[in-house]
Amino acid sequence: MPPDSSAQLTFLTPSPGTVASELRCCGIWSTHTIADLDQRLAEVDWPQSGEIIVDGSGITALDTSGAWLLHRTVRQRAARGCVVRVQGLRTEFAALLQLLTAREIPPEAPIVQPPPWLERVERRAWSAVAGTQGYLAFVGESALALLGVLRHPRRLRWRPILHNVQTAGVEALWITGLLSFLMGIVIAYQGADQLQRFGANIFVVDLVALAMLRELSPLLTAIIIAGRSGSAYAAQIGTMKVTEEIDALRTIGVGAQELLVLPKVIALVIVMPLLTVYTDVTGVLGGMVMASMKLDVGFDVFIDRLDEAIQPSSYWTGLVKAPVFAMIIALVGCYRGFQVGGSADSVGAQTTLSVVQSIFLVILADALFSIVFLWLDL
Amino acid sequence: MRAAANPPRQDVVIDVRGICTRFGEAVVHENVDLSVNAGEIFALVGGSGSGKSTLLREIILLQQPVSGSIRVFGHEVVGMSDEKALPLRRRWGVMFERGALFSGLTIAENVGMVLSEHTDLPPHLIREVAAVKIALTGLPADAGHKYPSELSGGMRKRAALARALALDPELLFLDEPTAGLDPLSASGIDELVGGLREGLGVTIMMVTHDLDLMWRVADRVAVLGQGSIVGVGTMAELSRSDDPLVRQYFHGPRGRAALEQAWNRK
Repeated sequence: MPPDSSAQLTFLTPSPGTVASELRCCGIWSTHTIADLDQRLAEVDWPQSGEIIVDGSGITALDTSGAWLLHRTVRQRAARGCVVRVQGLRTEFAALLQLLTAREIPPEAPIVQPPPWLERVERRAWSAVAGTQGYLAFVGESALALLGVLRHPRRLRWRPILHNVQTAGVEALWITGLLSFLMGIVIAYQGADQLQRFGANIFVVDLVALAMLRELSPLLTAIIIAGRSGSAYAAQIGTMKVTEEIDALRTIGVGAQELLVLPKVIALVIVMPLLTVYTDVTGVLGGMVMASMKLDVGFDVFIDRLDEAIQPSSYWTGLVKAPVFAMIIALVGCYRGFQVGGSADSVGAQTTLSVVQSIFLVILADALFSIVFLWLDL
Repeated sequence: MRAAANPPRQDVVIDVRGICTRFGEAVVHENVDLSVNAGEIFALVGGSGSGKSTLLREIILLQQPVSGSIRVFGHEVVGMSDEKALPLRRRWGVMFERGALFSGLTIAENVGMVLSEHTDLPPHLIREVAAVKIALTGLPADAGHKYPSELSGGMRKRAALARALALDPELLFLDEPTAGLDPLSASGIDELVGGLREGLGVTIMMVTHDLDLMWRVADRVAVLGQGSIVGVGTMAELSRSDDPLVRQYFHGPRGRAALEQAWNRK
């Protein structure tokens, strides 16, 4: 047999005069051949008892995978009550086999069965409950941290607050302004057709101004900030958790809430109303451009009408939502960051959750606001 | 195919010639030459910031030197394309200093992933072979089901070694194999590294600070200092060297303790 032919396996039943059956192994026993060898070993008609000699003198190459197959075969036969002897192996191969024999290797890593579906439903339900509880607890802790800071105002960290104002506010001006401008254009354009039919072109002012001020500009800003900053908060805190920076903060005696959460919440509460006012302006500007192009409502006419179309209440009802949305976004982002558990996957999952949940809660809060304003007749 | 089949060859596995590396203005390597022979355990040492890990990263194609030549298994790797590097990468295993285990996979999946990428083994054999590698590194059997974040630092290191061994590499790179381990686990790694060479005939190149590890298992040691190799040889030879940088390294308080211990063992 050529020395480097691929793996060979021959099983000889006891010939008359001998008592032992013999397994002859030849060729290369390595990661690339064991799939084939494993199949052929399974097809062997093993004796139920007696002596088996494993002759490894023909093996020309052996790696850990090959050695494992040999070792496993010997172990299985021995467990069935056979007497197994390995002979003829080269010294270095024998050493390798010895390396495996010396260690306790589980027969096969058992596959963990997924639990039945009812149990999975139960687990999910509980984790949802625990998630809500955890979130409420987190909001409580943040409130306590805020109280602590209010009692000792010197502990308020202005630097991170200003930094967050910069990243979440100033750097978001371009994108929020552009999107609300476009939104103003879209609303005016959609309304133009209907209004023209009734000859009520001038009411485009009411349409754009009320829609932007009361609903769209706070909501649009909140959604952009949730995607831009809420996700960043979750990813930042989550990564800090993976690298144990949060634990380090705790050992230094700095509250993570105080250093990481409060500045973000405070910064967003400052920034969101400002951004909302700004997007009010750009949104109405978009409507104005569209109105003059499509409906022949000039800028001066538009601004004259604006005075009558909106009351202070339309402005305030939009603006009052902004800090609430800000708190939702900052707290959900930070909470999700703290929920990260040690792996890169978990950072990704929690970041996604932070955006989904904060947008969901923002829209829910917006609906509640509408109901309250309806009661108050605003 | 595998090197284990053959008696230890005296040919050169890694050949580094005239490597220069610069990061902007900072010069890391200035004409570094070294060679690692087949079947030997080669240690690269040097103070912090001496560019040991950078040299290792250049050899395993994670970074490019400014000039010079690096030949691994006789192939020039400087400027090699990823496509051409693939067959080479299958022949070596790398254990990173901090493990670099995939945090979203269990230990068994970490090892199995390498196998399923590069072989066509059926799933049950992949699981078995992964379990073998995990057991080889001395981890308990149930560690395979755990995620890296659930393991201690020492166990993570062993798991990283198990993944590096997944394809039975001919050449193994170990970056600080014992850093951050308790003495007991560290001496476990010593034995393991020695045992791997005996049983598998692997060539091992490691970057380390651990003088005990070097005394116990390293055949040859190269000392990197001020951008170039200031001494190469067995530990006994280096401990007699006159070079101030080498002396500083081996005759500091810790160096002396390790030396005494090594002599007492003999």
